Amino acid sequence: MKAAAFDYVRASSIDEICRLLADAGDDERKIIAGGQTLVPLMAMRMARPDMLIDINDVAELAGIHDRGDHIAFGAGTRQRALERSDVVSERLPLLAKAVRNVGHIQTRNRGTIGGSIVHGDPSSEIPLAALALDAKLVLRNLSGETEIAIDGFFEAAMVTNIEPDQLLTEIRIPVWQAARVGTGFHETASRQGDFAIVAAAAQVELSDSGSIVRAAVTVGGAAPSPVKLHTLEAALAGVSPDGIDALMNLVDQDIDPDTDVHATAAYRQRVARKLVSRALADAVEEAGK
Amino acid sequence: MSDIEITLNVNGRDRTVSVPPRMTLVDCLRDVLRLTGTHVGCEHGICGACSVMLDGEPIRSCLMFAVQAEGHSITTVEGLLKEDGELSDLQDSFWECHAMQCGYCTPGMLVASQSLLNENPEPSEDEIREAISGNLCRCTGYQQIVEAIQMTAKRRREGASHG
Amino acid sequence: MVDAPANLPNYRYVSRKRRTKEDRRFISGRGKFVADVEVPGMKHVAVLPSPHPRANIVSIDTSAALALPGVHYVLTGDELGEATNSLFHGLDLPNVVWHPLAVGMTRYAGEWVAAVVADSRYIAEDAAELIDVEYESLPAAVDSEKMLDEDQPLVHPAHGTNVLFRKTWTWGPVADDFASVTNTVSYRARWGRSSTVPIETFGVVAKWDDTHEILDVWASIQMPQYQDQIASALRIPMNQVRVHNDVDVGGSYGVKRGIKHTVLVSYLAKKLGFPVRFIEDRLDNMSGGDAHGPDRIFDITMAFDDEGVIKSMKIRALDDVGAYPGRAPLQLGKPITALCGPYRVNSIEYEAISVTSNKTGQVPVRGFGQSPTNFAVETGIERVAKYLRIDRVEVRVRNLVRKDEFPWQIPPGSRYDSGDFHAVLESAVKTSNWDDLIARRDALRAKGRLAGVGIATCLEPGGGNNIFEFLFNPKLEITTFVESVLIKVDPTGVVSAMMCTTTSGQGHETLVSTIAGEELERDPDDIRVLHADSLEALPTRSPVASRMAIVLGTATSKAAREIKSKMITIAAHDLGVEQDRIEYADGEFSVRGEPARKLGWNEICHIAHKQFHRMPPGHELGLQAYAVQQVPGAGGLPNEKNEVPLYPCFSFQAHVPLVEIDPDTGKVKVHDYFIAHDCGTAINPDIVRGMIIGGVAHGIGAALYEKFEYDVDGQLLAGTFVDYLLPSAHEIPGVTDIEHCTPSPLTSLGQKGSGEGGYLGAPAAIASAVNDALAPYDIEINELPIRARDIEAALFEKTQ
Repeated sequence: MKAAAFDYVRASSIDEICRLLADAGDDERKIIAGGQTLVPLMAMRMARPDMLIDINDVAELAGIHDRGDHIAFGAGTRQRALERSDVVSERLPLLAKAVRNVGHIQTRNRGTIGGSIVHGDPSSEIPLAALALDAKLVLRNLSGETEIAIDGFFEAAMVTNIEPDQLLTEIRIPVWQAARVGTGFHETASRQGDFAIVAAAAQVELSDSGSIVRAAVTVGGAAPSPVKLHTLEAALAGVSPDGIDALMNLVDQDIDPDTDVHATAAYRQRVARKLVSRALADAVEEAGK
Repeated sequence: MSDIEITLNVNGRDRTVSVPPRMTLVDCLRDVLRLTGTHVGCEHGICGACSVMLDGEPIRSCLMFAVQAEGHSITTVEGLLKEDGELSDLQDSFWECHAMQCGYCTPGMLVASQSLLNENPEPSEDEIREAISGNLCRCTGYQQIVEAIQMTAKRRREGASHG
Repeated sequence: MVDAPANLPNYRYVSRKRRTKEDRRFISGRGKFVADVEVPGMKHVAVLPSPHPRANIVSIDTSAALALPGVHYVLTGDELGEATNSLFHGLDLPNVVWHPLAVGMTRYAGEWVAAVVADSRYIAEDAAELIDVEYESLPAAVDSEKMLDEDQPLVHPAHGTNVLFRKTWTWGPVADDFASVTNTVSYRARWGRSSTVPIETFGVVAKWDDTHEILDVWASIQMPQYQDQIASALRIPMNQVRVHNDVDVGGSYGVKRGIKHTVLVSYLAKKLGFPVRFIEDRLDNMSGGDAHGPDRIFDITMAFDDEGVIKSMKIRALDDVGAYPGRAPLQLGKPITALCGPYRVNSIEYEAISVTSNKTGQVPVRGFGQSPTNFAVETGIERVAKYLRIDRVEVRVRNLVRKDEFPWQIPPGSRYDSGDFHAVLESAVKTSNWDDLIARRDALRAKGRLAGVGIATCLEPGGGNNIFEFLFNPKLEITTFVESVLIKVDPTGVVSAMMCTTTSGQGHETLVSTIAGEELERDPDDIRVLHADSLEALPTRSPVASRMAIVLGTATSKAAREIKSKMITIAAHDLGVEQDRIEYADGEFSVRGEPARKLGWNEICHIAHKQFHRMPPGHELGLQAYAVQQVPGAGGLPNEKNEVPLYPCFSFQAHVPLVEIDPDTGKVKVHDYFIAHDCGTAINPDIVRGMIIGGVAHGIGAALYEKFEYDVDGQLLAGTFVDYLLPSAHEIPGVTDIEHCTPSPLTSLGQKGSGEGGYLGAPAAIASAVNDALAPYDIEINELPIRARDIEAALFEKTQ
């Protein structure tokens, strides 16, 4: 399990990275940040880039910035930094709950928020939280910077809509400013710390009367990529929390589960409903406090 | 794809080596620097046998290329010994509790445990289990490892109160 | 922590809390594992696996691989098959040929087709990718139950069938016993293809020493007859094979066999003239290495009276050994040792069927087939209790062999040496606060959770007598499983002991030094234990079968007692008294009643080595003794009824876990685990405790998580640690254990085996707990592993 040979460049600036990506020609050039997803794929020779561009030295690619209506994360910010961040736990509790389920301490010490999003594993946790909260992704290439919505970024299992010459530089996750906001995150994995078999993330805002003003709900492991439950979200708006369970059949509208060695499609479908229900219940309870 | 010269600080000593970019950190530690205390278990980031500390934080050295460690400090199991070569209190507790059988996962377990205690001197059992959950052991069922970490924390607590 | 058994004799070192000899090197990073062995000039091997479960090899083009800089050789099956003999099978299968590399046909996905030797493993893997193999893919034989039909693709066409072994034994009056009672239960229990999967893969370094014409082998090995099989395959005499037994083995629990790896690299080292090393990576290990364990379907009927007393059982076991049988089919034989568990069953019918398939070959796993059988039998005990609505503990109480009945002979001939099964079971019930546990279970249930309390009892045969092999293959007329030790005391009085095998975590150095120290009243910390290489070694059969405490331990006592006796002889001669007047205590040999007349330990050592003039006439100089120990209580062939005593010593244990199941996801959480355990005299309590808890962890893995899953075409779906799930510290609960001590009458200090017991009982106990949790829904799952999706699906079906 040794990677195929590659060239290695330790980049010192975003510009340098973009130039290296732009100059790739027929070569496959890959960004390496934490490497926690990429390196195993390379060890199994399922990924064999010609060049690795190491972005770990680029200071501006790491950091957590509170910008009022959103929190901006440098793409190279370690998952462990998210876990330890007061900004994250206070302002983005859904992300805080998600990140606690990511891998193990050793992998969170290297793994980054950007890497987790760019790889687009269908059952990884950080994309679920980011997708639920309608994060914006900042992509850079030599022509400049583009901000795109995360919804639609996840194309298929391990495939995301980023061009070969683009670098994800920043993830901007909106903060819900309302008083009564709650979050819930539930997942089931074969073992604690594994990729989820099914995971659900939910954030709700309640009105003074206790009805749902808006809800954000995502599910992982129940489709080739993380999915936002648009149908359910729309139906939840204006509903009293007592009415949530009656809407759970809507979960099926946006998911497309598959069978693999870990679980059957039927299992993923049924469990998705249950975990969405739990995540929403937690969110409502938290918002009501 | 030629070799790259790197300097990394391993267990307090600067070491300069020339390695191909694709060489993992664990292979560099073992095969180039001959620090064979760190073990290879799965090479795909699950078992934790290759755990070392990078700048004081535990990581999997099979999921990092050696060239990426340029300029960083690495602590391996060999670096957990005290300066005089004596066993650290954690190592001693592992012995006292027989927190191993075959000894193969032990270096990684020690690294994970040391990192935990650095950050959290009085961990609960749940926190201990969380901290070592990325390190698989097939011999012990983990209990004597948990007890060794608890013993270390207790000894430090008592040592501090006596000292 | 372990409570010392109340009836412990007044040992100085044995059964006392003492640090092990081995741990110090492991905690300081100084273990010497095979991957740490550096032989100057050694080159590295990578193998090319077949992607097809079954295919003809049409052609192999190695030219591109050979042209890669840094590549020294590419070996294919045709060359190796010509130059070496077929590897060993336990069964008599002359037409099942097995070589390290596929010859003509590949028989499982992952089978090695070619091997590259290069300057580094990196380059070797690059070259392996460049080997161009043309395959003709063929349909595969995958479903073990279909192997009994004639229309399956043949795994070994020359053998003519996929059935390797099929035989039925009847021990005792089965028909009469079935006729004598009114109740029967019939059920199927299934054991999934799982294994022990050590964190260290298998590795081997071989060097042909042309000066001495000796093949040096360093390997991560735990296998009987390793050197014999290397010599046989390579067509060289055994005295040209030197296996270095001082290599630390990073876990084995049975599976570190490595014979094909070893023959492969030994052939290469001899041919190429430089040392060659092959360290499996995890992919090699999971698909092509020695990783897979039993894969078994049991169909069982038990006959019992209205009180739940079991009279007889009929057991049919169908085991899928994969493509190359090796010793695997014999794993249906070892369970005969304790075929009815700890229960007083009068007669047994046993049909054992071993089939081959296009899957990775099965290898021996902890307990050598006993754990699946224990699970299957315990499932029946649960069934009997359920059928008669008798308490699950009570039904066991009614069937366990009683304390005053030992030695107790079971129908196939094993004689259970000793035990107090009822006391141990009672202790498990008491330690677990059974009634409280049931109350906790019911409280969880009241909150809408599923919860269950499990119970399982089990026997752990120890001592490793392989006469069961004879039942499967009369050509294997082997009636001993010997183990040896050599103890020497040097002129300065320090003691060394030489054992003859490798160690893979069992703490043999601690075992030998503790027993030698006890016998000689010397501090075990000062006793050095060495691992003789295979040419220096005395007769040995390797550390398998929970046998080292029993056989090596007893050998150590014998050799130490002989040393002591020699020293008494010297003392008596020097002091001018009869030997029976010499007393030994605390390192001094004195004349009884005249304490002033004495010689110290060191002085006698000095005399023995250096002072011929003070030695008794005709007495051997120096102080050394060896013991070659036969398995106690064994040695004969089966009688005309096929009865034969198998393993000599029987440890016993009772397991009680509490589990909770998430009704929405089916996920099982093991909350608590209690075990009461009796392995006679525990030489080192910490080692015994670790073995038990570690075995329980293995058992939890087999019960809930681990399976080498295949698809219907024969592709392995669980070839990495992402898919084959080893439990972590989250999945294994804290385990409370309590020790009993019923000394074995057959061993030097009453010790029995303890290496396998946790694993032998835990799968049954977990299944019992899960099924207790599911009982309110009338669901019973008797197929391991029981995974979340299986439970959720069953619940979904019931609640629709």
